[in-house]
Amino acid sequence: MDVQPIAELRAVTKRYGLVTAARGLNLTIRQGEFLSFLGPSGCGKTTALRMLAGFEQATEGEVLIDGRVVNGVPPHLRPVNMVFQQYALFPHMNVARNVGYGLDQRRPRPPAAEIAQEVGRALQMVRLAGFGDRRIWEMSGGQQQRVALARAIVNRPKILLLDEPMAALDKKLRHDMQIELKSLQRELGITFVLVTHDQEEALSMSDRVCIMNQGQIAQIGTPEDLYDRPQSRYVADFVGRSNFIPSRVVGMAGDRVRARGPQGLAFTARTPGPLAAGTEIVLSLRPEDVRIAPLGAPDGHPMRITHRIFLGEHTEYHLSSVAIGHLVAVVPRGADAAAHDLEVGAEVAALWRDGGPLALTKD
Amino acid sequence: MRLYVLSVYLFLYIPIGIIALFSFNAGRHAAQFTGFSTQWYGKALNNPFVLEALKTSFAVALASALLATICGTLAAIALQGIRGWMRMVYDALIYMAVMVPGIVIGIATLITLVTVFGTLNPLLAAIFGGETPPQLGLGKGSLIAAHGLFTMALVVVIVRARLQGMDRTLLEAAADLGAPPMRSFVQITLPQIAPAVLAGFLLAFTFSFDDFIVAFFVAGSETTLPIYIFSSIRRGVTPEINAIGAMVMAASLVLLIAAQMILRPRKR
Repeated sequence: MDVQPIAELRAVTKRYGLVTAARGLNLTIRQGEFLSFLGPSGCGKTTALRMLAGFEQATEGEVLIDGRVVNGVPPHLRPVNMVFQQYALFPHMNVARNVGYGLDQRRPRPPAAEIAQEVGRALQMVRLAGFGDRRIWEMSGGQQQRVALARAIVNRPKILLLDEPMAALDKKLRHDMQIELKSLQRELGITFVLVTHDQEEALSMSDRVCIMNQGQIAQIGTPEDLYDRPQSRYVADFVGRSNFIPSRVVGMAGDRVRARGPQGLAFTARTPGPLAAGTEIVLSLRPEDVRIAPLGAPDGHPMRITHRIFLGEHTEYHLSSVAIGHLVAVVPRGADAAAHDLEVGAEVAALWRDGGPLALTKD
Repeated sequence: MRLYVLSVYLFLYIPIGIIALFSFNAGRHAAQFTGFSTQWYGKALNNPFVLEALKTSFAVALASALLATICGTLAAIALQGIRGWMRMVYDALIYMAVMVPGIVIGIATLITLVTVFGTLNPLLAAIFGGETPPQLGLGKGSLIAAHGLFTMALVVVIVRARLQGMDRTLLEAAADLGAPPMRSFVQITLPQIAPAVLAGFLLAFTFSFDDFIVAFFVAGSETTLPIYIFSSIRRGVTPEINAIGAMVMAASLVLLIAAQMILRPRKR
């Protein structure tokens, strides 16, 4: 997995006056990968993208694109193209002129026939062949987004930057577009860098996800990595959902850690590394790792159901007990009929396998 | 409430309506309506003094509106780049130019021009010498300058509003696609603000064409249409004056409505 980097951020910090939007970012973007910046608004993900595009310049550190330091290089001289959140299509030009705009800026200017051919090919790629003569406002939101995409990829950028491109689409369309984007990326072999606050979007499309928190990188990894091996409570909470149980380390048992919950309940949890006894930790337990069994099941913890939420493909139970506190469990549809129609107030046993919980030391 | 609004509008527009009405008066006195006729329009349009004044007004309005549009648009674009208290100062100055009474602008421009001419004319005489050295004086030039100056503020305000409403990411998109700043200005900004520029031009033209007060001070020996009307009125109001007034008003209205139509947000 040793692919050459197409872009790099080296100790990049961006400050606006007293506000630090991004702090000490270190990141290598690999040739041909699909990388997402994921985080809530104000976490610095858009700032990172805009520094790659050249709309913002790093206050400290170096930004490299294709092996060249691009600090101070204006956007029009960078070999990257962006799909904007609100598409930013030129309203006074038709679709074809929008798509051809980038090629038209090249010097020497390519011949008109060549531009027309490239534009046609790009439109075909986004399944808008024949729409070249349309005005922008005659297009639907989804179509406008494809135009924005075509306008960027027609230039064969080294990196395609996508700034929350699906935020304005409705859910169904967004899902279709995600699949389409991913296959387009495979087809073109261009590096895609996406900014999003939608974890599902990031997880479903990306080769790697960079999770941001308050201007810093919280964790970088494959979607599976982030889901199964989060390094902090923040990541565990942001990627998927999790139950968090504050605990204290008792000792190690092989590669597992033994810990005690607030009321002395014993847990055995996975841990990224050895932990000293007495360390304050948080145990992260995914709702789908919690199983519900009849009261009295071996290794079960007695809990009471406080809420039942039917969600179609699965049912969500909110459980409560003095020893554990609050716990969310999801039962997939058809998994276990008995665990499906439990009523609020019922006493049940909550189970999880050893090593289901993960010990996290950081917030 | 509705009655109140109605009476305000009546108060504003009845005098204007009466002027238009009496311009169709057959008799030669402005005070009593004796019958319908369009003869006064013909008389007005055949009056060489009226035509001469109209020509002056038109030339001055065209030149000053062009000047105001070019300078005002450039100023509006430059002001976009200014932030903080400096911007507040410039904004205040521009709005002041719109609000200051015409008579103040007229007197101030007159004093300034006379002072400048008084300083420059001896210099010109010294440089060129001879019997008739070139001399600066009040006339079309000073009219164009004065009108251009106060209508420029209007253009700035209109173009600024449009610039602020313009999607800034369009410029980012153009830059991202490889357009250097000057090219994205020509290809993206100008087409986006074109309606405001045109509307600003029409408004500037109308204001200059209709202006009496400023023109009265700086026109020198030139006679614009409003100045002609004013001097005619001193000899008594005739239906001919009413006809001229009605025509000027109609032309101004057409231009103002055109400006409004251009500025109306396009439906998406």
